[in-house]
Amino acid sequence: MSTAFQKEIHVALGDLKLQKTITTATDRFSEKRLDVVAPNVLPEYQELRDQAHHIKRHTIDHLDYYLETVEARVQSRGGHVVWCADAEAAVNAVIAIARKHDAKLAVKSKSMVSEEIHLNDALEKNGIEPVETDLGEYIQQLARERPYHIVAPALHKTRGDVADLFVEKLGVERNEEPEELTQVARRVLRRKFLNADMGISGANFVVAESGAVVLVENEGNIRMTTSAPRIHVAVAGIEKLIPRATDLAVFLKLLGRSGSGQPITSYTSFLSGPRRDGEINGPDEFYLLLVDNGRTRVLADKEKRQTLYCIRCGACSNVCPVYRRIGGHSYPGTYSGPIGAILTPQFAGLGHEPTLPFASSLCGACGEVCPVKIDIPRMLLALRRDIKKGEARENRWLPEKLAFRGWSWVMRRPRVFEWAGFFAQAFLSGQDDHSWVRTGPALLAPWTATRDFPPLAPRSFRELWRARQSSSGWIPTHAARKQKKDA
Amino acid sequence: MPDREQVLSNVRSALGRRVGQPAPDPPPSRIVVPQWSREERIRRFSKNFRGETFVAPSADEARDFVAEKIDGYETIASKDEFLCDLGLVNLPDVRVNVDDPHELRVLCAVAGAGLTGATYAIADPGALAVLASNEEERLISLLPPRHVAVLPAHRVLTSLDELFAVLPDPALESSSLVLIGGPSRTGDIEMSLTLGVHGPREVYVVII
Amino acid sequence: MLPIALERFMSTRVSLFVTCLVDQFFPRIGLAMSDVLERVGYECEFRRDQTCCGQPAFNSGFTGEAREVARYFLKTFEDADHIIVPSGSCSSMIRHHFADLFHKDTGAQKAASELGTRVYEFTEFLTSVAQIDDVGARYEEVVTFHDSCHALRELGIKSAPRRLLENVRGLELREMKRVEECCGFGGTFSVKLSELSSDMLNGKIQSIVATGASSVIGLDASCLMHIEGGLRRRGLPVRTLHLAEVLASR
Repeated sequence: MSTAFQKEIHVALGDLKLQKTITTATDRFSEKRLDVVAPNVLPEYQELRDQAHHIKRHTIDHLDYYLETVEARVQSRGGHVVWCADAEAAVNAVIAIARKHDAKLAVKSKSMVSEEIHLNDALEKNGIEPVETDLGEYIQQLARERPYHIVAPALHKTRGDVADLFVEKLGVERNEEPEELTQVARRVLRRKFLNADMGISGANFVVAESGAVVLVENEGNIRMTTSAPRIHVAVAGIEKLIPRATDLAVFLKLLGRSGSGQPITSYTSFLSGPRRDGEINGPDEFYLLLVDNGRTRVLADKEKRQTLYCIRCGACSNVCPVYRRIGGHSYPGTYSGPIGAILTPQFAGLGHEPTLPFASSLCGACGEVCPVKIDIPRMLLALRRDIKKGEARENRWLPEKLAFRGWSWVMRRPRVFEWAGFFAQAFLSGQDDHSWVRTGPALLAPWTATRDFPPLAPRSFRELWRARQSSSGWIPTHAARKQKKDA
Repeated sequence: MPDREQVLSNVRSALGRRVGQPAPDPPPSRIVVPQWSREERIRRFSKNFRGETFVAPSADEARDFVAEKIDGYETIASKDEFLCDLGLVNLPDVRVNVDDPHELRVLCAVAGAGLTGATYAIADPGALAVLASNEEERLISLLPPRHVAVLPAHRVLTSLDELFAVLPDPALESSSLVLIGGPSRTGDIEMSLTLGVHGPREVYVVII
Repeated sequence: MLPIALERFMSTRVSLFVTCLVDQFFPRIGLAMSDVLERVGYECEFRRDQTCCGQPAFNSGFTGEAREVARYFLKTFEDADHIIVPSGSCSSMIRHHFADLFHKDTGAQKAASELGTRVYEFTEFLTSVAQIDDVGARYEEVVTFHDSCHALRELGIKSAPRRLLENVRGLELREMKRVEECCGFGGTFSVKLSELSSDMLNGKIQSIVATGASSVIGLDASCLMHIEGGLRRRGLPVRTLHLAEVLASR
């Protein structure tokens, strides 16, 4: 029985062109990351990760305090804070803000939470035109696809794909040069920026003490989005908080390096409310949306709460042998890669896509690169446990459960274990000559579809050890038989 | 229940915390400021910054450099004190003192170059730190395809740590602090590096 | 009198935990390991009551079943001085994950943490406790070495096996590309998501073959079983060997 996710995996594995594109891109990201976190370049790297983890843990553990702090600070500078319990509340809030200020055109910078709440669809339905302005995200919007990668939304598209898309959607002449394609987007989007009534951004960090949002980027579209229009709406998950601006000395060193292998990105904006007296540019109004949408459920689980420390750098996807093969669109939910594999089940419910946390060899590459030290492999294990518990509650005769019950029973009875091995061996040795198995029965069939499976050893280690240790030589009968036969 | 109360009460019950319960101090900030001489800071900035750096021995040489970089372009300049003192805003084709928001926007959108000061430069990682103010508008360093920033050598800091040591809460100073690490860039199409996406393609920093 | 922990640390008696896989499928690996340990001056014992560390159930989400087996393991090896394991994965299970299994049972958790300090992956023991980089082995082949994930990332074993290989007479080590990428085994993952697992194995095999090595060496029988299964299916003439087997050869 295969789930929707397994079908997606099957399709993705068959697309060799796509696999090559993803591998090349994620390799580049990973190589660049390694260059800038190397011990000779950034000796304090591990210390920074520890500090980042501790700050996030502290903030998340006292989140109510920091949420109220940020609310008071934003308001004291003339900004507004809107609390959103779920996706519906969040999209309604944005629509209400747009109506209040008579906004028809909204420029948007990349924001995973706005993907999560399906903001663009809702805006369109309500007569507000949302325009994605990050180049990759703009490409995805034209193609009407969701982002493929947390940091590089159109990572799977070739220059040819983009050229075709621009011809179809923008009516420009076909040109495959990334340079030229970028200039086309610059021209189209420049007009949008200057005419937009409203700019919608996400937030990489929300600084409680400062009442500020911090936004990290390379293109300048976020600066445009947050500086040109009259209204700036920042949509942030409640987990984005950090206590103080000084904590950025740690996080900024990690985010650019982990995400795109840059010691610092081209632009980092620290924005605290609307334009102040005397300033000419900048929004008249500033809204900070604090979105829950399932986060407090994650928060309530002490063990897996650390999932909320994520700063969305995408490094885990770049090193993940699974992501690198199946790509971002195979994952159910908004978030792909290892972080998606632990976030989606917690947001959407364990039964939603129960295969997801099992689609990992637990190799640990993700945990190794996480800049805030989320123990992703341990979270996967905890989710596996919770999923199996749930399944066992629903179905008392779950075959896998019964199998492991039996296994556990045997593993605590060494003599049974010995004889089980012994009999299996005696049974099998009568059938073949200890060559590797090419066509396995039932449970082994998925293995032997592509790989040979080893035979049981003619004599187990314990038998050999006994024979070696004692001159009396406890040699089991079938082995003795075999010895005779061999001789 | 209004969303505010609902979210906060969910957070509190998830964490087992009471209304109004304070938080202990967060872990101490990790601020480690290296001791680098002015020469060392400038050397590192020039190496690390992804735009072009020009270290001008004198105001005259700075003026010549800026004049050359903006030559032939309509230029919009900020009212930064240091720029004015150096007389850079008096170079030909430079517009300054535009206070009408609409006019400033249009000028920025059509200008070939933007000339600004910078609150600080940071040697490692190479970046400019620019606080928005009535003298330093956000769009001048953003809309024109080339950006020239000028600042005195004593404002070159060592590191991000030093920036946050001298500016522990940027929100007290301005609605906007931007760190500029180089030209606007993207790798969104096949990871191929392209400059000048939405912001400037060329960035020059003049340190005097 | 020496404190018991120190006395144990100084002991030259080692207890082999050969793992269920080595016991039943690859006993040669266990024998090679005991040969090497004896050669460098340790006295080996094998506790016949041993079975498995519980990892298959743990990784599949059956924590209760894993816990029962872990508890049994603790009892079996309670009084062993050093427990030597020819597997990074099983060592890490005992050292790191047992504590998770007993988070509601402080007594067992304490016992597990304490026992964890006496558990060593084989090459880790040789290089850090026995302080030996050269066991006097000879193996005249061009080889490549596969970093198994749990040894590498959960135990931090990277240089130890390479130092040992460097001192093997006649051996040439050629590193493969993407040496730290998983071979795709992952326990029940290899059958539950076999297509994905096979694709990962494919990548690993390509890297191995590209080195031109005649053997691929590893620290875990599980990864080696997976890799060998793939090599055999493709009819490729590359041998798979556990590092203990290389060190045992003269």
